[in-house]
Amino acid sequence: MSIFRRLLGRLGASLIVLIGVSMLIFFIARIIPGDPARIALGPRATDAQVEQMREALNLNEPIVVQYGLFMGDLVRGDLGISLYSNRPVMTDLVEYLPATLELVLLAGFMMVMIGLPLGAISARYRGRWPDNLVRVISLLAVSAPAFVWAVGLVLVFAYFTPLFPITGRISDTLEVERLTGFMLIDTLAAGRLDAFASALHHLILPAFALALSGIGQAARLTRSNMIATYEQPAIEMAQAYGFSEARIARRYAFKPSLIPSLTIIGLDFAALLGNAFLVEVIFAWPGLSRYGVGVILQKDLNAIVGTVLIISATFLIANIIVDFLVSVLNPRIRFSEDNK
Amino acid sequence: MKRAAYILLSNPLSVIGLLLVGTVFFCALFADFIAPYPDHAGAVMNFAFANKPPSAEYLLGTDVVGRDILTRIIYAYQVALGMGLVVLLIAPPIGVAFGLIAGYIGGWTDFILMRISDIFLSIPPLVLALAIMGLLEPTLLNAMLAITAMWWPWYARLVYNITRGEKVEGYVLAAEVIGASKAHIMFREILPNCVPAIVTKMTLDFGFVILIASSLSFLGLGVQAPTADLGSMVSEGTRYLPDSWWMTIFPGLAIVVAVFGFNLVGDVLRDVLEPD
Repeated sequence: MSIFRRLLGRLGASLIVLIGVSMLIFFIARIIPGDPARIALGPRATDAQVEQMREALNLNEPIVVQYGLFMGDLVRGDLGISLYSNRPVMTDLVEYLPATLELVLLAGFMMVMIGLPLGAISARYRGRWPDNLVRVISLLAVSAPAFVWAVGLVLVFAYFTPLFPITGRISDTLEVERLTGFMLIDTLAAGRLDAFASALHHLILPAFALALSGIGQAARLTRSNMIATYEQPAIEMAQAYGFSEARIARRYAFKPSLIPSLTIIGLDFAALLGNAFLVEVIFAWPGLSRYGVGVILQKDLNAIVGTVLIISATFLIANIIVDFLVSVLNPRIRFSEDNK
Repeated sequence: MKRAAYILLSNPLSVIGLLLVGTVFFCALFADFIAPYPDHAGAVMNFAFANKPPSAEYLLGTDVVGRDILTRIIYAYQVALGMGLVVLLIAPPIGVAFGLIAGYIGGWTDFILMRISDIFLSIPPLVLALAIMGLLEPTLLNAMLAITAMWWPWYARLVYNITRGEKVEGYVLAAEVIGASKAHIMFREILPNCVPAIVTKMTLDFGFVILIASSLSFLGLGVQAPTADLGSMVSEGTRYLPDSWWMTIFPGLAIVVAVFGFNLVGDVLRDVLEPD
């Protein structure tokens, strides 16, 4: 009961924040110097053409009215036309978002599956060599931008030792019908295991490059959370009972530290979504990045607003999911009836 | 202060960090004297020596138009540090004011101010900076502006959380009883207790500002040519992979050196200033 009320509350709060995001980005897009209509038409347009375009884009209305019209369209799933691709922005986003999401989700998975155990090992062997090793590695991991990792990994694992493909989402010789846009799902749905293997093979290196700084971050957090847990009386009690250190680490120290770590990892999702831009460039990944950078260079206002909105929405949804997981994991929330 | 300095200097990790940061600052400050080819920092063509691998003459090799990569890295540190300084001079005061006011006044002020910072926080940092850069012109100044816009809410959050904890402490209540003004309590009583956390965050952030700024210019939306910039150098170099690996690897490493240095110092500083 309380979990669902909590979930509903978060959903409502996120919606308010999302509306705020739309206002922020919409107003920034409108107050910038330069006439959007003239930018759209190019330098050779006549004044009459520009005026016509201003009418069509409602640019002559007061900004509040413009925002109202924009929101009305948005509710109907219409984000306007992209000047960059000459297609509805929504169509573009639906095309490019899945490739980015696939990358980000696998990176998030790696972050949890590698980062948390590393942090746990570090905390258990605190002050000894495994701890020092993990600390230095994780600090290095967060100190390099994702594109530097991407370049390094490509050089070592694709060019010098050709273990992984250099670019693309799937081998050129394979053709799979687009269903969801998620290559892993589409290949499975088509029952093509060879294509699935190829897609996964293409995905691993970019996802790892994207995940690395997150892995470092997750390991550092888990370490400090778990060290704090180790100072709790419950651990001393378990040690007094004579439980093995391995069991104490697993059952009594790791599990409670998961909760704060997960919350922060949810926030780190923002970094993954942003850094995906950098990694996609190196791997020529056909995701939101190429589109995003393209529309930014073209000053394609509708598309910029749409891209920012969809990324923020994804981030907020991810955080609601993390929040849900945390409330399931945390008995204090799970068993409380009147939790806000 | 003395204790902090002692711990920083007795921990091998922070000593390495201080050395790295010191080197970066040294390079930036004395670029004109230590760079082997100072004129290569600008738009110089030197095609006779283009695309040369590292050698005694060009320690880190040359780029496609024959400029010395080492020289360009040294000058790029000027841009990177300048960026860090400006962002960290502007963003923290804005965030601190937001956090103090929202945390201390409470009520509707709290709700509205913190929702505003939530809005900024719910756009992934790099994406917000990219969008702002896209709407403005890609210049150094606008890059600073864009990064500042994404940075201040983190300080608002930090100070807000501390303020909420501090405002029920005895010393704040005592100040209220003797009739101190709200501004006095916020800025003279509570703020000093936020300083350690702010300083630690600023040290760590210096590295991250450099990281984000290089990411922007890597995407072509930051510092523009011919100014030497680490992110743009990596981006240019990727076109000549894998053969001319030095064009990408050395500027990439230069970013890591700077950010890693600030992180090492910040990490130890955090243990000293915020023991809990």
